[in-house]
Amino acid sequence: MSLDDYQGVWVFAEQNEGRLRRVSLELLGKGRELANRLSVDLAAILPGENVADLYTELIDYGADKVLWADSPKLRYYSTDIYTRVIASAATEHKPEILLVGATYVGRDLAPRIARRLNTGLSADCTDLDIDEKTRLLLQTCPAFGGDFMITIINPKHRPQMATVRPGVMQPQQKSARKGEIISIPADIENKDMRVSTLNVVKETRSGIGLEQADIIVAGGMGVRSAEDFIMLGKLAELLGAEVGATRDAVEAGWASSDRMIGQTGKTVRPRLYIACGISGATQHIVGMQDSELIVAISKDPKAPIFQIADYAIVADLHQVIPVLTQQLLRHKSGV
Amino acid sequence: MNIIVCLKQVPGTNDMRLDPETGSLIREGVPSIINPEDRNALEEALLLKEEHGGNVVAVSMGPPQAEEALRDALAMGADEAILLCDKAFAGSDTLATSFTLGTAIKKLGEFDLILCGTKTLDGNTGQVGPQLAEFLDLPQITYARRVEVQGEILRAERAFEEGYELMETRLPALVTVTKEINEPRIPSIEQIMQSYREKEVRIWGTPDLGVDEHSVGLDGSATKMGKIYKPEFGKGKVEFIEGSTEDMVQGLLAKLEERHLI
Repeated sequence: MSLDDYQGVWVFAEQNEGRLRRVSLELLGKGRELANRLSVDLAAILPGENVADLYTELIDYGADKVLWADSPKLRYYSTDIYTRVIASAATEHKPEILLVGATYVGRDLAPRIARRLNTGLSADCTDLDIDEKTRLLLQTCPAFGGDFMITIINPKHRPQMATVRPGVMQPQQKSARKGEIISIPADIENKDMRVSTLNVVKETRSGIGLEQADIIVAGGMGVRSAEDFIMLGKLAELLGAEVGATRDAVEAGWASSDRMIGQTGKTVRPRLYIACGISGATQHIVGMQDSELIVAISKDPKAPIFQIADYAIVADLHQVIPVLTQQLLRHKSGV
Repeated sequence: MNIIVCLKQVPGTNDMRLDPETGSLIREGVPSIINPEDRNALEEALLLKEEHGGNVVAVSMGPPQAEEALRDALAMGADEAILLCDKAFAGSDTLATSFTLGTAIKKLGEFDLILCGTKTLDGNTGQVGPQLAEFLDLPQITYARRVEVQGEILRAERAFEEGYELMETRLPALVTVTKEINEPRIPSIEQIMQSYREKEVRIWGTPDLGVDEHSVGLDGSATKMGKIYKPEFGKGKVEFIEGSTEDMVQGLLAKLEERHLI
């Protein structure tokens, strides 16, 4: 068995309640690029129940093939069964690359598959590329809480596996395409499933709209207190925006953790990001650098955030925000 | 209950620096701590032991100084501690780490539960827990924010995007926990002193594990790491809005209006 026997890029298509999670489409977008560079096929692997209507979507977003396993036992994610179905299919069909979204499911599933297949796995990648000479997958991941990046390769084991951060890659343009549908085995006994789900509880969390928000007002250590975060909240309300926070501000107890933006928090891509009292540590920037327009307000003229801002205001946010809020109020009431 | 807790010693700071000459992380002068979520795992083990009786063994793979972290664990209340320490373990990725930890655990005899933190501050992969579970062929529950045991049955609340799921499995099993699960105790000076008097940290290397040097460490790893670097960002064109506070605000509002953002 040589490494050359392994061909093709695979993407795990994660579905939840019969709908594809968006990260699956993002992975297909990146997967398509990688497959084109390598001149190989891109396949989506889709375990589920009654998910035939998703095959077309996967193909239209770039897959040449859909490997499907349909069974009532695959309706909900279960570590043991999903691992078995995917690892067996990978052993049989030998992809050279297997990408999984770094979702709660992905982070439970991918390491298990990698261990079963005795191969390497990198976590939470923010970039993927192909080395021209070696055809190896270059996996760029954050290190040390996100302040640093590192490039990882998997030279001798297959498939090269990576989990990919949701919200970073871009889906391809959807277009009617042709593709092949291949069924893979899903003969599963009840006893194969060692962990059962007794109940699923949905919780509405504040700040959950961050990833969909058009405008975000975010605060960092410069805000200095929980009370002053309320000031940001008032501005946000006027703008129809969500409030975000840096890891340090969350650790200081000024904002709840579901408002955290950055490497260990959420990745956002709003039309407008207003960074208030944020210095611009790398692990925060990686969570918001793709915002369309970035406005940064900070007292420190040397703050790294100014390197990625479109508009910079070097001033104390405690002076600026009240005036901004006031002017906006006037603007809104047509004065 | 016989519980095994896997823990890792990590740098206790959010501010690591790169040595500009060597390109490696500067570790001198950086305090070391038990990885926070591993501390939560140990606390959960101690709570389960208080409820059900039994024994808690703390295991860690690390350099010699990781013995301090295991000392901490003994002071908190772990009954035994084992440090897997050998030059051959250096350069391990999560595949090699799960192999090494798993091989050691197999030598410990029967256990009911393995608890780990979900992720580490430095590696941040969250992979060792599930890979260890796979190596030992155990059912796994990850991202657990609540755990309860009744006889052979373990139930856990596992987080996911939209909320949480209530999961159930039979022991033995492996569970990775998040920091929501509990508030780890801080040992008293007396407990620290007592642990030094009464408990020891056993140290095992490759001969104790009965493994070949090539199946661990860098040789036993599938992934290879390139250089660590600090990424350069720069859109290039930042425009500074200047003047009095009023001027700056007006200036900003004008720009936002131009772009139909307000």
